[in-house]
Amino acid sequence: MDGLDDIVEEFLVESHENLDQLDADLVALEKEPNSRERLSSIFRTIHTIKGTSGFLAFNRLEEVTHVGENMLSRLRDGELALTPHRTSVLLQMVDAVRSLLTTIEASGGEGGVDVSAVVADISAAMEDGDGPAAEAAPVAAEVAVPAAAPAATKAPAAKKAPAKAAPAKAAPAKRATRAKAAPAPAPVVEEPVAELPADLPALPALPAVPAVVAEEPPVSESVAVDHPEGEVATPDAAGGQGRRAVADSTIRVDVDLLDQLMLLVGELVLTRNQIVQNVARSTDTDLIRSSQRLNLIASELQEGVMKTRMQPIDHIWSKLPRVVRDLGLQLKKTIRLDMEGRETELDKTLLEAVKDPLTHLVRNSVDHGIEAPEDRKKAGKPAEGVLTLRARHESGQVVVEVADDGAGIDPAKLGAKAVQRGLLTQDALARMSPADILQLIFLPGFSTAAAVTNVSGRGVGMDVVKTNIEAIGGTIEVESETGRGTVCRLRIPLTLAIVPALTVECAGDRYAIPQISLQELVSLDAEKAANAVEEVGGAQVYRLRGELLPLVRLTDVLGLTSERHDGHVVIAVLRSEGRRFGLVVDRVINTEEIVVKAVGGQMKAIGLYSGATVLGDGTVALILDVQALARRALRTETTERQDSQKAALKAAAAASDTDRQRMLLAAIGGGRRVAIPLDTVTRLEQVRTESVEKVGNREVVQYRGQILPMVRLDRHLGAYGETDHEVLEVIVYADHGRSVAIVVEEILDIVDGEAAVRSDIDDMGLLGSAVLGDKVTELLDVRAAILAADPHFYSPVSSAPAGVPDSLLEV
Amino acid sequence: MTAPTTAPATSGQLATFRLDGDLYGIEVEHVQEVLRSQQLTRVPLAPAAVAGLINLRGQVVTAIELRERLGRPPRPEGTDPVVIVVRLHGEAVSMLVDSIADVVDVDAGDFAAPPDTLEGQARDLIRGAYKLDGRLLLALDVQKALSA
Repeated sequence: MDGLDDIVEEFLVESHENLDQLDADLVALEKEPNSRERLSSIFRTIHTIKGTSGFLAFNRLEEVTHVGENMLSRLRDGELALTPHRTSVLLQMVDAVRSLLTTIEASGGEGGVDVSAVVADISAAMEDGDGPAAEAAPVAAEVAVPAAAPAATKAPAAKKAPAKAAPAKAAPAKRATRAKAAPAPAPVVEEPVAELPADLPALPALPAVPAVVAEEPPVSESVAVDHPEGEVATPDAAGGQGRRAVADSTIRVDVDLLDQLMLLVGELVLTRNQIVQNVARSTDTDLIRSSQRLNLIASELQEGVMKTRMQPIDHIWSKLPRVVRDLGLQLKKTIRLDMEGRETELDKTLLEAVKDPLTHLVRNSVDHGIEAPEDRKKAGKPAEGVLTLRARHESGQVVVEVADDGAGIDPAKLGAKAVQRGLLTQDALARMSPADILQLIFLPGFSTAAAVTNVSGRGVGMDVVKTNIEAIGGTIEVESETGRGTVCRLRIPLTLAIVPALTVECAGDRYAIPQISLQELVSLDAEKAANAVEEVGGAQVYRLRGELLPLVRLTDVLGLTSERHDGHVVIAVLRSEGRRFGLVVDRVINTEEIVVKAVGGQMKAIGLYSGATVLGDGTVALILDVQALARRALRTETTERQDSQKAALKAAAAASDTDRQRMLLAAIGGGRRVAIPLDTVTRLEQVRTESVEKVGNREVVQYRGQILPMVRLDRHLGAYGETDHEVLEVIVYADHGRSVAIVVEEILDIVDGEAAVRSDIDDMGLLGSAVLGDKVTELLDVRAAILAADPHFYSPVSSAPAGVPDSLLEV
Repeated sequence: MTAPTTAPATSGQLATFRLDGDLYGIEVEHVQEVLRSQQLTRVPLAPAAVAGLINLRGQVVTAIELRERLGRPPRPEGTDPVVIVVRLHGEAVSMLVDSIADVVDVDAGDFAAPPDTLEGQARDLIRGAYKLDGRLLLALDVQKALSA
């Protein structure tokens, strides 16, 4: 089968199946010659084969089917009446097609199969009504005895081709036995000829065999010998003497059966886990060895069964070029569709589930992502837009990307739109990073076309896409660079049934966290935790490599009391919707492959659990829904949005939220302390003094590929700190893609602004002072400090600056 | 399955169990199996009546505390509940009761509306009572009781 194109192979499998159906149809048609429906069905089948064979340049195949199609169309239109003779000629055609297919399969070409006789027969049968003319071929002669013909032909066929005799006999004998339960095969062939065709519609396939044999005796023989089991199992297909290797190497299996197998394998994996766990405590080496073996085999079996359900993503991608083409034409855009990794496989169920969201994303990219050719030229890009689909396996997940080289999404415009639509307050927007702003497209309120087109980006039903992807345990994230394009990235689990998960303990119970959302684990001993976890009023952050990671205590979310009192902190760093947060658990148990079990409606309604599983020791553990957890636990834009949407009363509540602002305390030298609103802080960094460079009279530092202007707070505020630090403590503040670095002497603490006693004693660069953490602390005018570092910081977006100082004033 | 619950008075067999001193019955055809006390995994934030999840031969089954459902006081310390696994709409659900009793043949003629003394949520969950020799058998509406 080597060298056969995928297309040819698929064509062969499909055609073999169609031919089997065709045999049955033709014979049935003879019983009810006026059934238009059957005629149409036959016509369609032949038509399909003809079309494809023309496309694949199998000329003889096309010739046969073409003449057959002609006859069929005339039969269908009532121009010709169906006579037994014509039926036989049609069956002959089917046989010729079958032998051609066999040759194609064996040699890749049509070989020397001669179809002219069949073509002539059919043409002749079209011209005049009945039998006599058909004497040309010996086969047709027998056909003259209408019903008996198909069975009777078998005998001469066998005689004519001795090589074929044995298998040819074996197969029908078997069938005949099944049909009649007659003891001896021989009499069966001779005797009940009249009724055979009715019982076994597939039988007439046989006459064609000689032609095949002439070409490829070994193939047909071996197959015929192999085949009997298959024939018994599927009487319908039994006539398919022509069903050869391609068809044999694949088998259609009910998906339900696969599901059931998958379920059983799931159970097996569970039991394996239990055994492995128990055996680990044992000292019996034989037992340990066999449990290891079981472990291996179960894994392999699981993988194998999973593979049976795997299909290349190309199955759904193959429809997309058309979508892109049509939509491109409609929108007058020229778009090239590139596909990378089309052979990447994933579970059939998941494939189905991903189909619509993916189509949606592609449509979105074409519609809103890629600009019109004129605009592209103006932007210095080639007129032809490129849409790239990428798929790959990555750490037990399938990553599918839809990337375009279009205009990208402008966070500023997007944010402004969100504010305008009342989804977000200006205040909240000002505090969001560009990446966070991009996530706004997943808000349900963004799903109207008008809004989206104006904002240059996505959003038509992006919330629906997200919901669908999350429903199958996947995640979606979007990245965009203005002017460069947008990437939507789906992460999809390989399979739904068995997922790798981290098991953790919390308040004495165990919970499973799907690995798909897990990024890393951080364990802090009591001493470290005391310093590294900054806690105020129940809101905690941890500085993970300089980045502020909001912490969520699982016990708080679940309303339980932690059983860990030694001060250790175990953090599972999770990612959800492009944001990271740390889930604080009591302890981490291990990683385990878990079998996801559905939970009852009551559990689903809680909205924190995506299911349950049975762990190695037989206990039931709940599977945490990380997305829901993040939504519930984090004070997100979403909750703020809901707040702001709910009338004035809620607005007041939101205002009091701002009052209770958290402040970052920093020493600036000379014993002075300043407070900076925490939500204006993007990152905390340390910069080596020697890496500070100068641009004019300004200090800058290279940071993540950009030039970061610096302001030394001590100088800015007229304090006199020690200047010869080797390492500078830097607070990075970013907004709308610009960043500045504020240099302080030391980061001290994070405190709650509400508790502060305020005074209006202030100075240049300050907004006032307050007592925070028992000491008088100056409240930094962040805006002034930033402008000192980068005078143009606020200029690109005129509406934004209001956010920062305003919120500060309320402290 | 719907017939026994919609028609208030039926003859047939009821599987009976005891709960806080009373005798209750459910249609025997609903009962899949009865188990000794099982290890329960609690479900934080779930309704109070959800006692937890049990592992029924690899199936995860929700367990409903019937005392809570019927507004009765919690089971005394040290007494283990009995788990009745019920199959409803093809899904297994279980309920925790004090102890299991016999399967009883009931006659529609003995059926009476729920006693007026029954109050609150319990009244919605009890279809009525069968007057047996010397005691009352309360017929539980199993669908309502387990749809907590």
